[in-house]
Parts: sequence; structure tokens; C-alpha cells
Amino acid sequence: MNDHHNKPGGSAGRNPYDKTEDATSEISKRLRALYDSVQTEPIPDRFLDLLEKLDEVDAPPNAGSQRK
Amino acid sequence: MNQAVSTGSPAESPSFKREMLQILPNLRAFAYSLCRRHDLADDLVQEVIVKAWSKQSSFEMGTNMKAWLFTIMRNEFYSAMRKKGREVPDPDGSFTARLSSQPGQYGVMDLNDFKTALDQLPDDQKEAIILVGASGFAYEEAAEICGCAVGTMKSRVSRARTRLEELLQISGAADYGPDATSSAATARATSG
Repeated sequence: MNDHHNKPGGSAGRNPYDKTEDATSEISKRLRALYDSVQTEPIPDRFLDLLEKLDEVDAPPNAGSQRK
Repeated sequence: MNQAVSTGSPAESPSFKREMLQILPNLRAFAYSLCRRHDLADDLVQEVIVKAWSKQSSFEMGTNMKAWLFTIMRNEFYSAMRKKGREVPDPDGSFTARLSSQPGQYGVMDLNDFKTALDQLPDDQKEAIILVGASGFAYEEAAEICGCAVGTMKSRVSRARTRLEELLQISGAADYGPDATSSAATARATSG
């Protein structure tokens, strides 16, 4: 329904109809940039260690016969 | 790829763990958006990991683990908030320092402004736009996570967008004037 953007030039060809779309995508981009600043951090060791421990508790090496 | 699917209990946890690890960065980012402080956010992530692990048997492998974990996190967060009498934590100052080391497309100031604006939204609108706009959920999934109707979710997201546009005074090309650098950066990023 809103397929009204034919951008021949590409770069500076902003027409008034794009206003809302521009604003919306500007918001989305900033939101994602903020979110990604955390999301792209490596997983802290404390969580890797925690998962390792949970895994050991859950499945001890000699628990072959133990079923849920 | 997916070796050893359901061959007894010990084989269950490795893939459970692996899947959880994949979702963890996204989950952490959501935690941060809820808590606004890295230390509190990571404490919340830890609680969620332990909780999810203990509920492992109630999770069906192959279903949406991401939505499941986000639901647990959201419940944990709001029940903790209720217990503490809804005290809103002070955002941490380490954000700026952390960000300046990130080679992102936006300046630190841009994102700090955005963060301030985001914090002015009502909780329900804020989480709506984050889940749909950043965490990558469909409206339906986000609605399920928040326990509301899809239509409600859509209107929350749309209201959040409108409010953010007002707060940041982004209403289209004409308003980019004083912010030319970020606009140029955006154009560059879009073309890339």
C-alpha cells in the first residue's frame, strides 16, 4: 500500500512522502544500535561458568542409568 | 548438525545449553533495557538462567526457546520490582564509557539522547518497541511474552514510535539540519 518511494538518485532523493518512513526507520536504527551495543558484547565468563556447573549437576558422568 | 536428539536425559542438556548460549546475548540486551544498569541486568540474566534450567523439563525442545526465556525474564523482573515496591534503579554511568569503545554508526551523544527518550516511555510501550524493534520478535510473539492481545501490542509499538519521534524531534528530512553528521552516518550505513 505504501510503495510510493521511487528513488532514482538513491542518496539525497528524499521526497515529502518519505517523511514518516524516514522517522520510523531512524527510530528503529537508533533502537537497534543501542540494543546491539549490549548484544554484541562477548558473553561474560560468569554465565559460561554457571552453565557449565548446571550441566555437571544435571548430568553427572556416571548417570547413565538415571533417567527422568 | 543436531546430533543426539533425545537419547535420554544426559543428551538433553547439551543442546538445551547450546541453544541457551545462542540466545544469551539477546537476552542480556533485553535485561539491560529493563534494568538500565549492567550489574543489575547481569544479575537478572543469572536468575533467568538458573530458573530456566530448573524448568528445563517443562520446555519442549524445538519450540521457541527465545520467547520462553524472554517470558521468564520479564516475569522475574516484574515480580522483583513488585517486591521492591517498584523502585526504579538509577541508570549506570558506565554506558557512555562502554559505548565510546564501540565503533558504532552513531555518536555516543546520539544514543544517549535516544536512551533518555526511551526511558520516558511508559514501561509497556518501552518493552513493546524493544521486543519488536530490537529483540526481533513478531507482534504475535511479543504479545504472548507480555500477555496481551496482538492488537494491543501493535498499538503500543506504534504509540512508542510516535512518542519517540516527538521526543527526539525526528519528523523527517527537514528536521535533520542540526544533526547533519548522524544523518550522513546513517546514509552511509544504509548504503553499506
